[in-house]
Amino acid sequence: MRSTDLPPELAKLRDEIRGYAVGYGLDCFETIFEMVPSDAINSLAAQEGFPVRYPHWRFGMNYDQYSKGYEWGLQKIYEMVINTNPAYAYLMSSNSYVDQKTVMAHVYGHVDFFKNNIWFSKTNRKMLDAMANHAVRIRHYMDEFGQDSVENFIDLCLSIDNLIDPHLPFQEAKKSQNTSTASSSGMPSSAPVQQEIGRLKNDRSYMDKYINPPEFLEAQKKKMQEQSRQNKKFPAQPERDVMLFLMENAPLNDWQQDVLRMIRDESYYFIPQMQTKIMNEGWASYWHSEIMTKKALKADEIIDFADHHAGVMAMQPGRVNPYKVGVELFRDIEDRWNRGRFGKEYEECTDLRVREQWDTKLGKGREKIFEVRQVCNDITFIDEYITPEFIDRFKLYTYEYNKRTGQHEIVDRNFDTVKEKLLTSITNQGRPDISVVDGNYLNRGEILLGHKHVGMDLDMKYARETMRSIFLISTRPVHIETLIDGRKKVYSYNEKHEFIAND
Amino acid sequence: MMDGTKRDHARFRQIIRGKIKQDLKKYIHHSEMFGRKGKDVVTIPMPQIDIPRFRFGSNQGGVGQGDGDAGDPVPGQGDPNGEPGDGKEAGKDAGEHGDLEVEFTLEELAEILAEELELPKIEPRGQKTLKSKVDKYTSIASQGSNALRHFKRTFKEALKRQVATGTYNPDNPVIIPIKKDMRYRSWKSDVKTENSAVIIYMMDVSGSMGDEQKEIVRTEAFWINTWLRSQYKGVETRYIIHDATAKEVDEDTFFRTKESGGTLISSAYKVCEQIINQDYPPSDWNIYAFHFSDGDNWSTEDTRACIDLMKNSLLNKVNAFCYGQVDSRYGSGQFYKDLMEAFGSDDDKVITSRIENKDGILASIKDFLGKGK
Repeated sequence: MRSTDLPPELAKLRDEIRGYAVGYGLDCFETIFEMVPSDAINSLAAQEGFPVRYPHWRFGMNYDQYSKGYEWGLQKIYEMVINTNPAYAYLMSSNSYVDQKTVMAHVYGHVDFFKNNIWFSKTNRKMLDAMANHAVRIRHYMDEFGQDSVENFIDLCLSIDNLIDPHLPFQEAKKSQNTSTASSSGMPSSAPVQQEIGRLKNDRSYMDKYINPPEFLEAQKKKMQEQSRQNKKFPAQPERDVMLFLMENAPLNDWQQDVLRMIRDESYYFIPQMQTKIMNEGWASYWHSEIMTKKALKADEIIDFADHHAGVMAMQPGRVNPYKVGVELFRDIEDRWNRGRFGKEYEECTDLRVREQWDTKLGKGREKIFEVRQVCNDITFIDEYITPEFIDRFKLYTYEYNKRTGQHEIVDRNFDTVKEKLLTSITNQGRPDISVVDGNYLNRGEILLGHKHVGMDLDMKYARETMRSIFLISTRPVHIETLIDGRKKVYSYNEKHEFIAND
Repeated sequence: MMDGTKRDHARFRQIIRGKIKQDLKKYIHHSEMFGRKGKDVVTIPMPQIDIPRFRFGSNQGGVGQGDGDAGDPVPGQGDPNGEPGDGKEAGKDAGEHGDLEVEFTLEELAEILAEELELPKIEPRGQKTLKSKVDKYTSIASQGSNALRHFKRTFKEALKRQVATGTYNPDNPVIIPIKKDMRYRSWKSDVKTENSAVIIYMMDVSGSMGDEQKEIVRTEAFWINTWLRSQYKGVETRYIIHDATAKEVDEDTFFRTKESGGTLISSAYKVCEQIINQDYPPSDWNIYAFHFSDGDNWSTEDTRACIDLMKNSLLNKVNAFCYGQVDSRYGSGQFYKDLMEAFGSDDDKVITSRIENKDGILASIKDFLGKGK
């Protein structure tokens, strides 16, 4: 299915679009476009873009869903691009000419973003090879240890693949320290206790056996050990990289270690994409519409383009479309920096009329958005650049679940609360923030997880199943401290596969 | 489909088949949760297959977009998983679906059912009368598409030609086919005759049969149809309802009608006999009669009439006569006892089954279909 050669007319088109992109100052990796039939694009999407993955049923499940969605006309994947160097992008062979153009322009936006956004600066750009390598290793383990046992273990690893530390790639010191202390067996033993401590001071050595009799020393030693065990927290800081913690401390054999490591590596590869979803889509959409409307579009293609574009940008009632919010926020920033609508003077201006017509002819819009695409992620993007006017213009609101009516209901359109909610919903990629708080809980080598509660309770049904996975990996009971309806609770998953709540 | 996908997809199907087998009872009892798609495909919701991860509870607030005042419900709550936009970045969001719905063909379902209940294949009787056309690639043509090229035959033709024209040299046996030598696989239309079958459902719709009983009948009928359709091509179904009188109805009416009159079972059996005599000569058809009631009959006299009718007429015509007694609060269950008395428990054609409640459905399906009739 792989053919690197685009048909000549599309190759020409690619060169043309690339020319526009470069002209605008986009700075892309070399981008290889491949034409694939719609069925293959479903396969690729099912495998998260990569042509070779390890054998796993979930890719088959994804395919089942994508191909069904396509068949029913519910969804169609127009574009897919992999963050590698060179970048690979797929064009669906059944797409119309104008769609292919739009997709190419969109893809160059993504590739520029991949290359220049700092949150991608640590990702492995040779991931195509890494994925293929993982596939070989996992197939090998399946041959040797049986498909079922390897696949079941992969399921357990995937269950915790979001429990990693997004900031770890940027903390070189910690990373190397962590990996160097990797030990493959058992839970940690406490630090050796120095025997001299606990001995009573005595400078007459002949009296020593009376002052420090062996039984006394033994008792002292025990006491000290106990104390040090309590003092020495393990891990010293809450560990957000639960996968790493288990790699280092769970009693895994070699192939299990390796599988866990591979799944973790793949997780780290994908995390910047989740941290910058709004920006990345916004940036690509900004550029496809800029390139298409100002350069590439021919008169007879306008209707098709508008149709496609409207489909991508549609806001379904009640939902926030990251493409739309991203592109509009970029445009808003560009406009504000073109007209100097920022800074102390502007913020403090209370005359609405003056404010409305504020224009210092600063003209720094383009420059600014290039800077933003380099240094921000979704959180800082929203936090720094969203304005009350923006929230007003886009009719954003907050909603809450009303227990009485059993429905989600609009609460308000207040700037602060909307912004806060929006930030909360993307903090930690919209997932619960969970760390290992104590790796030797109750002094029994059990794991205590902590949930940093930000106003949303955990789904305890899923929590139970996830803790079961951690239990099966660590072979020790697992506990989690969280808030449910505002009350502190500790839930435990124990050896008898019971799930118990304690206040 | 890419090779890897083929492999993973097969694995996925294998896993969900396993899940269905594991919870067959649950799926059989709740066949109302199946969605229908076209004639031969059902969709089955399967939420438990996805990989569990820590996540927030569903009834959380968030940010939305659009018109509306405080207190208005957020629109589009029916589908919390839809997401606008149609691009896909290669990334983790691929595969994060909501509740999973999996498609099965009825044939696959029948297979699973058969494997789990150990149903024997049916040995059809009667003549094969149903004609169907089957195309088979068994012949050879001198024209065709390259994909169908028959290498060996082409080679042979070329060899024959070269020998005949004297261009064949045994010391240097190079065979070069020309266009005239090309041979392609081609199809032949075969008319195959198949066994045909009809299922005649009868149900007591008098007042004592409640909604729960009818639900059980509906569920059983779904699975019986599914199984028999996998065994015969072109299965017809007919429906008869009765209280004190009987009439033929369509499927929809069959499961909806509720009457309040008394019960004369023989009335239904008579209609059944009529239908068979009119439309289904037993020499050509495999005939299955299913009767469901709560076991009440108006009089012992009528019961005797029923048994006579079965012995003298119906049983000579059908492959199997199945009586399912759905226990209800009001039914006496007498008819079951009467049939047992008349035919015993291992009659060749009469199959009886008592269904106490929903949990009995699976066993009862096995009763009916387990004899390979």
